[in-house]
Amino acid sequence: MKGALRLAATDRHAEALGLLPGLPLADARARVSALLVADHDPEADRRLLERLADICIRYTPMVAPDLPDTLILDIAGAAHLFGGEDGLVRAARLRLRRHGFTVRTAFADTSDAARALAQFGAASVAALPVAALRLGEERETALRRAGLHTVGDIACRPLAGLAARFGAQAATAVRRMVGDAESPFVPRRVLPPVEVERRFPEPVARTDYVLGVLADLLAEACRMLEARGEGGRRFEAVFFRADGKEQTVSVQTSTPVRHPTPVVTLFTHSLARLEDPLDPGFGFDAVCLAVPVTEALAPGQPDLDRAPPPGPALDALVDRLAARLGPERLLRFHPRESHIPERAARLRSGSPSGDWPVPSSGEPPLRPLALIHPPRPLSNVVADVPDGPPRRFRLGGAVLTIVRAEGPERIAAEWWRRPGLTRDYYRVEDESGRRLWIFRHGLYGREETNPRWYLHGLFA
Amino acid sequence: MSDSPTSLADLRGIVAEMEGRGTHGRGAGIVTGHAGLDAAGVVRGRLHEVFGDGGSGAAAGFAALMAFSAAAAAPVVWLRTDAAARRAPLYGPGLAELGIDPAACIVAQAPDEAALLSAAVDALRVAALGAVIAESVGRTRLFGLTGTRRLTLAAEASGVPLFLLRLDAEPAPSAAETRWRVEAAPSRALAADAPGHPVFAVELLRRRAGPAGSGWRVEWDRDARVFREAPLSGAVVPVAPRGAAGARRTHRVA
Repeated sequence: MKGALRLAATDRHAEALGLLPGLPLADARARVSALLVADHDPEADRRLLERLADICIRYTPMVAPDLPDTLILDIAGAAHLFGGEDGLVRAARLRLRRHGFTVRTAFADTSDAARALAQFGAASVAALPVAALRLGEERETALRRAGLHTVGDIACRPLAGLAARFGAQAATAVRRMVGDAESPFVPRRVLPPVEVERRFPEPVARTDYVLGVLADLLAEACRMLEARGEGGRRFEAVFFRADGKEQTVSVQTSTPVRHPTPVVTLFTHSLARLEDPLDPGFGFDAVCLAVPVTEALAPGQPDLDRAPPPGPALDALVDRLAARLGPERLLRFHPRESHIPERAARLRSGSPSGDWPVPSSGEPPLRPLALIHPPRPLSNVVADVPDGPPRRFRLGGAVLTIVRAEGPERIAAEWWRRPGLTRDYYRVEDESGRRLWIFRHGLYGREETNPRWYLHGLFA
Repeated sequence: MSDSPTSLADLRGIVAEMEGRGTHGRGAGIVTGHAGLDAAGVVRGRLHEVFGDGGSGAAAGFAALMAFSAAAAAPVVWLRTDAAARRAPLYGPGLAELGIDPAACIVAQAPDEAALLSAAVDALRVAALGAVIAESVGRTRLFGLTGTRRLTLAAEASGVPLFLLRLDAEPAPSAAETRWRVEAAPSRALAADAPGHPVFAVELLRRRAGPAGSGWRVEWDRDARVFREAPLSGAVVPVAPRGAAGARRTHRVA
């Protein structure tokens, strides 16, 4: 029956009804009339499997998705973090079940054997059927006809004969299954280009010593970067504690860096800023430094003609301040297209962009140096006319008498964003010379019967 | 090599040094256009304290204008404590209206005065900067002799001037080169009694290298980017536009 639609995969209920993958769809429909079918989408399956692989990265950095339905985890050296292999498997099964998957797990020395054990549910590698070797239907039939039904049957015979009769591929498959040959394993996670680590023979409880080791690792990483002709943009240090806890600290630089000294300084500042400072507990047993983000950096040559400018350059300062205070505390002005004052400019991190309006000559400043957020309400406002500038108002306990005023500058709400009241802005100056930017919230008589006043800015 | 000059500002600085018109020269005076201010000893590579009232923008405005005058086109780092930033968030268009390029300003917020001090020392090491402003609100003992000495040493090494803006604080002994008190002063009214260009009443409280005590009223001319002596005419006597005196009904709102 060539060209017939066949079942690619079935769920537990379908399996219980005897519907197995490979069955023609017409037969399946004949057996179960209320069958729900969906088109097989191998691409979606692959994406799903990759997402699951990403989920499993928490158990080990070496996770490889194996189409169509297998994840291979290399848990060498990772299992103890979860209380042994059983603990790791329990955690992984629980997590995947929570996502609604049926999970079968198996351990083996090679990835091929682990996959086959999980797939066929056999007790040992020797008990696996020959289909586990994945040699194709023709050769499997031939093996079975020769009386070889399990991997154990084959493995106890000389492989040379097997290779002569069924091809070298069959011999390799068996050797991989029993652990005589390495199975190819391509982990999904891309390891950082540069990664160095130092393990201590016994836990080290002195933080300053560990930081010294970090400096050594940085020097080593920088040599590796130099050999690659690259500089690091992001450095990650992971401190592993003897009791299984780990702490990750990372720093970023605005330009590629290949010198350990400034990076050590950045790490020092970052560590000093930690809310939860580096706690050695019972001691650290390893430090790992990775450079996950690198950029090309041509080898430079110092200019011998003249002395370099004193001190580190501006980029280094930006990095230092970001490490010392936190990147979110290093701000630049960014203009925006809006006539609403508080939306017309933003103070946020990132390199500056955009153009600023050029003030027209002869005019005094029409926008304040400081924009108060949120605007402060004014009380006891006295005005000559209800839609004119105030003559007097109370601000934080003091009464201000206004001697000069200009306005109103009428700024309507951005009705396409959200409705709001129109603001009438006035530049005012009091007797002492304080220049303020105040507004009346709502048009008198049209939007508000009793509009409130607010202080929105301080002029120089 | 990381110590090769990378930014345009660095290169400009190097070229200026080569041509002998070094803007980074230590002890070079800051040119503001006002004879009194220029002679008051505001020099590069030193610490200058500016005291003022936190309820007005005058002291901050004056410190910013002095810093950006000193910087020319070089970047300026404006360090503020969180309290200062909460009290009066800086507004880019307002800087632009004073003739300051907001793109040349790097704002850094420190959680407290101690972090502000160490960040300022870091910033002062960078000779490529035009100036550093460090702003704090309220009393603190951190900017006493020891703290300001650290700042002065860092500023002297790089030639970058530091303007220490102390709002709502009382002057205390310090290692500052000059100390100023800045208050808002009535501006020269424009047509229709509109507030005019910013006018500052500045008083030189202390000066390390000469007599202090003088005061000026200076007006900032944004177009020429200079301070001018503020004309006093009509500025002291507020002429209220009352029309027929008192005849207009006073209306109470809110």
